Amino acid sequence: MNLNRRSLLKLSAAAVATSVALPSFAQAIDELVIAYNVTLPSWDPTVGPSAVNPTIQGLYQSVFDQYILQQPDLKPAPGLLTEWGWNDDKTQVHMTVRDGVTWHDGSPFTAEDVAWSLERAANPDTGNPIQFVWGTLTNFKAEGNKVTADVKQFDPTIFKWMYFLTGYVLPKAYYTKVGAAGFEKAPIGTGPYMVDKFEQNAFVRLKANANYWGGKPDFDTVTIKFVTDAAARVAEVESGSSHVTLEMPYEEFDRLKGGMNGYATPVSNIGMIFLNDIEVMLDPNVRKAAVAAIDKQAIVDRLLSGYGVPIDTLETPDYDAYDPTIKTPHDPELAKKLLAASGYSVDKPVKFTIQTTKGYMPKDYEMIQAIVGLWRKVGIEANIEVYEIAKHYELRAADKLAPAAFYNWGNSVGDPTTSTGFAMYGPSPHSVWDSQDLIDKINPLWGEKDEAKRIQGWKDVDRYIAENAYVIPLLQYVQPILAAKGVVVTPHHSGALLPHLMKRA
Amino acid sequence: MTLVRTLLLRLMTTAVTLFGVAVIVFFVIRVVPGNPVAMMLPPGATAEDVARLTALYGLDKSIPQQFVIWGAGVLHGDFGTSITLRQPVLALVLGRLPATLELSVLALVMAVLMGGAAALTGTRLRETRVEGGIDVANGMALSVPDFLWGLVLILVFGVLLPVFQISGRVTPSLHLPFVTNFYLVESLVRLRFDLTRDLLAHMFLPAFALAIPLAAIIGQLLKQSLKETMHLDYVTLARTQGYSEARVIWREALPNAILPTLTLVGVQFTFLIGGTVIIERLFSYEGLGNMAIDAVINRDLPLIQGIVILFAVIFTGVNLVVDLTYAALNPRLRHG
Repeated sequence: MNLNRRSLLKLSAAAVATSVALPSFAQAIDELVIAYNVTLPSWDPTVGPSAVNPTIQGLYQSVFDQYILQQPDLKPAPGLLTEWGWNDDKTQVHMTVRDGVTWHDGSPFTAEDVAWSLERAANPDTGNPIQFVWGTLTNFKAEGNKVTADVKQFDPTIFKWMYFLTGYVLPKAYYTKVGAAGFEKAPIGTGPYMVDKFEQNAFVRLKANANYWGGKPDFDTVTIKFVTDAAARVAEVESGSSHVTLEMPYEEFDRLKGGMNGYATPVSNIGMIFLNDIEVMLDPNVRKAAVAAIDKQAIVDRLLSGYGVPIDTLETPDYDAYDPTIKTPHDPELAKKLLAASGYSVDKPVKFTIQTTKGYMPKDYEMIQAIVGLWRKVGIEANIEVYEIAKHYELRAADKLAPAAFYNWGNSVGDPTTSTGFAMYGPSPHSVWDSQDLIDKINPLWGEKDEAKRIQGWKDVDRYIAENAYVIPLLQYVQPILAAKGVVVTPHHSGALLPHLMKRA
Repeated sequence: MTLVRTLLLRLMTTAVTLFGVAVIVFFVIRVVPGNPVAMMLPPGATAEDVARLTALYGLDKSIPQQFVIWGAGVLHGDFGTSITLRQPVLALVLGRLPATLELSVLALVMAVLMGGAAALTGTRLRETRVEGGIDVANGMALSVPDFLWGLVLILVFGVLLPVFQISGRVTPSLHLPFVTNFYLVESLVRLRFDLTRDLLAHMFLPAFALAIPLAAIIGQLLKQSLKETMHLDYVTLARTQGYSEARVIWREALPNAILPTLTLVGVQFTFLIGGTVIIERLFSYEGLGNMAIDAVINRDLPLIQGIVILFAVIFTGVNLVVDLTYAALNPRLRHG
């Protein structure tokens, strides 16, 4: 009996001891705490899988600057480069580097850093997954605050990549001195925050860069906790342990937004269904019926609590080649007629498999279930196959996806090459629709030097794709962000949650 | 002599087990769908880019060739480099192991205390409503998985009564003077009880979530053993000598009844470490389990291999220790 009492007393004492140890959260926010939805595997933003992971770019952009600044509306603005462009015959690029910028260690940022970063990115040996883009430039030269390079192969989007994946400027002298391992341990950039402490899988603590060329951030200290579980993130802000979080279920967002600052912003990420040019998908009536049978608005309203924007092409309204006149309306009667023309009906449905992830994106599986239900009403019987996202990537690269496959596609630069282009161009490892007609339409656009003509060309391609139902665009995702009343967040349409864009209320 | 033979035999079988685990994990993770290169293919990558990245990570060779290269490295202490974290695998897994071990040991201690208390109380108050209540609580603790307990604990002690931390291992703003990754142990050794309290505030909920199902198992088994022992002659003799019921249970019955429970605790400890995978994720605890999930999601093959091998070493090591302890404690095994 004594033992039991002692045990209970020990447990109680432990509970009390630990409870009094908790840090109290002051009402005034001295240290901004953010519960982030992903972890940061590596500090080099130009190498390895992390470099092409869109969800962690916000962390990189807190410490490093990109060559060109991307504003919250996705439009470019002067950053470390204040001017950029091609010469008249587009055989050379030129860039002007901002004066008066310093690295986090106090050393001056120079044109040499830009030239070295570009050259390093173009070097296949470094493991930059986007090397093929940077490799279109060569013979980098830095003189004063100017950088030039020769164009090996014209890429109209090269300057857009300068504010996209791996488009970061790293410190030449420091990196050369400390090496890759040293840089991982103590990374420095020119960005708004400096790394103070980093625990992998746990948190990164940032200190404001008082010398930041864009102005010192509002919060001197920011701790970003890596909280990958959505329920735990909600608990973080609900308990006051964190001030800001993102990417929670929309139901939770609706429940909590009344007592907090809630932001729901359409971001550069879309839900779509790849159609593979195999089996029944070779029949245009089946494809067109599959598109016409889907009520995208109803899916957004009923499954995503209204948080989503139905789309008709792979371009969202804030992308460069968005054309609001291209429409693929919900028309179940048309779907039935099209299927009837191919000999299918509700009693004799066309059958195929649709693949989807489950839980990778908000309500992905439920969305496909709803779509399959809508299809069933017009004469399409689709069998749902659930797979992991890793399997999707492998199957897609090998062109072995099922006739239909759900996926999400991000494109934070908003250029049509990085949406329609890579998703629908047959030779691309990301495309599974390989018909020659589409390849022929896209081919001339890769090297088109007239920007207006290039964008119009992509709009025409988007219209052609919609008319032939080569893909099923579904919706643009909306990113939910919750912040404590004392914090004002400026959401970025790329989906990056940037602490330097947060202000005190 | 028997003990030495047992030890040698177990060491040999352990080596074979570890080799088998290494072979299986190496081949299986390369055969299942999803490879790291496909995961990192950017828009616009060509077949040449795919080939370049595949060669860069050594995945262009045949699987047996890759195994030979990896195996030769392992024999020299080189488990390769993590594809995502870009650091040596051995340093990474050994760096995370202390966090997971501390969490697991704390959970084990909590489970033993809770399970032991439940068993002793249930035995002392057997055939009363208290025993019935303990049985019901045991049943509930067993039927709910640890991650669900974790969610409940987050809700109750993280949100409704925010007395414990719900994420991480330590408060980020604290300066840590530690030279090892055994933070809890080192905070005690250095008499830095402020850090001990902070660490416990972070570890309490995940450890408690891990401990609940194990406590139920311990409680159930120990109570059953105690009840059986309570009917033995020597226990009755102790009663007739006028000892209190509590003393009879504690001094006479418990030493004999505890042996099967000790064996169970050893075996369950390995399962407890396995359970940290989900719990660490839920509580964003920077241990080996959390790292394992990231490694699997990112198809970080070298890291998966390293973590699985380490888990296998722990599992076989703990089982070896349990077996040897049992052999040492059991006179029949000790003397042959």
